[in-house]
Amino acid sequence: MSLVLENISKSYREPDGGRLPVLKIEHFALARAEQAVLVGASGGGKTTLLNVISGITLPDSGRVVIDENDVTALPEPARDRFRAERIGFVFQTFNLLPAFSALENVLLGMSFSGSRADRGRARELLDHVGLSHRLDHRPGQLSVGEQQRVAVARALANSPSLLLADEPTANVDVANQQNLLDLLRQSCTENHVALLLVTHSAEVSSQFERVEQLGDFNRPGDPA
Amino acid sequence: MNLFTIAAKSVRQRAVSSSLTSLSVGLGVMLMVIVLVAHGMVQRMFNQTATGYDLIIGPKGSQLELVLTSVYRLGVAGEPLPYRFYRELTEDPKSRIAEAVPLTMGDVTEQGAFPILGTTPLYFTLPYMYEADGTPQKFQIRTTSRDKQHKGEGLIRNPFDAVIGASVAAHNGWDVGTPLKLVHGGSEGHVHDETFTVTGVLKATGTPNDRTVFVHLDGFYMISGHEKPLEEALARERKFFGNISEDSARAAAAQGDGGHAHGEVPEAQKEVTAILVNMKGDDIGERTGAEIRLRSQLNEGVQAQAVKPIVQIQRLMDNLVGPVRTLIVVLTSLIIAVSGIGIFVSIYNSMADRRKEIAIMRALGARRQTVLCVILAESTLLCFIGGLLGFLLGHGLVIFAAPLIAGYGLVVEPWTFAWQELILIPTLVVLASLVGFIPGMTAYRTDVARTLSD
Repeated sequence: MSLVLENISKSYREPDGGRLPVLKIEHFALARAEQAVLVGASGGGKTTLLNVISGITLPDSGRVVIDENDVTALPEPARDRFRAERIGFVFQTFNLLPAFSALENVLLGMSFSGSRADRGRARELLDHVGLSHRLDHRPGQLSVGEQQRVAVARALANSPSLLLADEPTANVDVANQQNLLDLLRQSCTENHVALLLVTHSAEVSSQFERVEQLGDFNRPGDPA
Repeated sequence: MNLFTIAAKSVRQRAVSSSLTSLSVGLGVMLMVIVLVAHGMVQRMFNQTATGYDLIIGPKGSQLELVLTSVYRLGVAGEPLPYRFYRELTEDPKSRIAEAVPLTMGDVTEQGAFPILGTTPLYFTLPYMYEADGTPQKFQIRTTSRDKQHKGEGLIRNPFDAVIGASVAAHNGWDVGTPLKLVHGGSEGHVHDETFTVTGVLKATGTPNDRTVFVHLDGFYMISGHEKPLEEALARERKFFGNISEDSARAAAAQGDGGHAHGEVPEAQKEVTAILVNMKGDDIGERTGAEIRLRSQLNEGVQAQAVKPIVQIQRLMDNLVGPVRTLIVVLTSLIIAVSGIGIFVSIYNSMADRRKEIAIMRALGARRQTVLCVILAESTLLCFIGGLLGFLLGHGLVIFAAPLIAGYGLVVEPWTFAWQELILIPTLVVLASLVGFIPGMTAYRTDVARTLSD
């Protein structure tokens, strides 16, 4: 298995001192190189789930296992390193760093993994997403579609085993939506990377063989 | 991509703000460099110049004034010593004097009001100072004019020869072969009729010699009005020594024959303002012993005093120049500190905009320490750029000002580093760490999940 979630619960402290449960997942698994889409309404805990999986946020209880590694048991610096090495992230707003060129944004993704930033591989990745002619352009000089592709190249920079995509099509037009989806899925297939994409769009989810409704296995209101 | 590359990108992204903050540090460092270079020059001029001679002998009075007058050509000379005192002192084997250079002064040049120093050729053969490592510095004299039209003997061999310092030559446009006249007792005084001719130009020494015109002692005495009136001279000789010499007696007998007219001046009518003395001795201990004995002998008497120039100057530096330097350094440090606060404000204000960038880096796997270090690298970079800029500006300004300063007799070596400049390196590192720490901690504590979802 590439990803296994076991008995995950996560809640947030409310201003009145109470707790707002956001996640309660007994079991969820994603096989190696499998591609799945999680569908859920806004505020349903999709982003929190991705943060828990990636180790950005720790769950209140439960385990996140990626490639047989219990991420939740790792201390924070090790989780950071693990995230850099094994997990790719494509954000809803791409989140490219404006001071860096397309090539440097990809290299930056490599810099935090502890391995040497491989300029050749970064060029290859950008070439693969059709941006070999835009290497030195900064995000502000790129179209939305081009920024998406840089974000995908950056997510794949460290050859991760799992790629998390958080509403990657939410801010783009229909034509670019399809291009991005095709690129994501094709890149993950070619690189044997498991893909977990969260969306609230039925149009996007309809293209995946495995579609999970977050509400089906996430029952934050259930008693512990 | 290392931390400094990431920091450099961020600095470049905020080019205007970064440039201004670095410039403020640069200006502080520039002032510091100028202060240190200027202090180095002053210290060299005062301390090193005072190392040329073991003792200075002069009339009773202020010891510091004697040094300032005879070595630095500052102030007005007091009542001079009779020439006979100089002669008898140097002839007395018990005094253990190796070299004694008589000086007489009081006049200035008609053009530029540079001090005139009457002395002997011996003045130019002795080291005028010793470097800190003990290396003696000797005069270098150019004896041919730049247009090759005139050639002089260099040393003041004839009574009306003159050797001029580098600053005098530069300021007045004088060269070998140039005739010059003296003004009596100050620039507003009477211009003497006698004309001296430049026979040599000294290479710049970075000492008051650069601002001095040297004439032969004999020529100085031969100027009308320079010789002490004979009756007055004889009266003083009697009072000073209790008797008059044979030479003075002959001069007294010859009085009424018309005196001298640009000829030999009787010894009684000659005076010396000061005597520069080096002691005999095979080693430093022997020389020091001789020096102490002579100093005690003279200082316990009523005729003259002997002072050790380096001691007087060290006191002056410690009591006056040193505290002023410290004050300026403290003020300059405050300027650098204020510049540092400018960097702090600039980085801290930018943190609100950059919280998202920090969160993205953290989401990509950057550790908390990594983003803290990125911010510290940024403040270090700004301080480093500012420091380098200030260093170049400081030395650049000194290079620019060097020709102007040289006119005042200071040798400026803009790329000679004062060791105190090394203090700037740890100072800037500490400053960068301090100003970068609080913004860095803001980055360290960034809540990734919340920031990304905002």
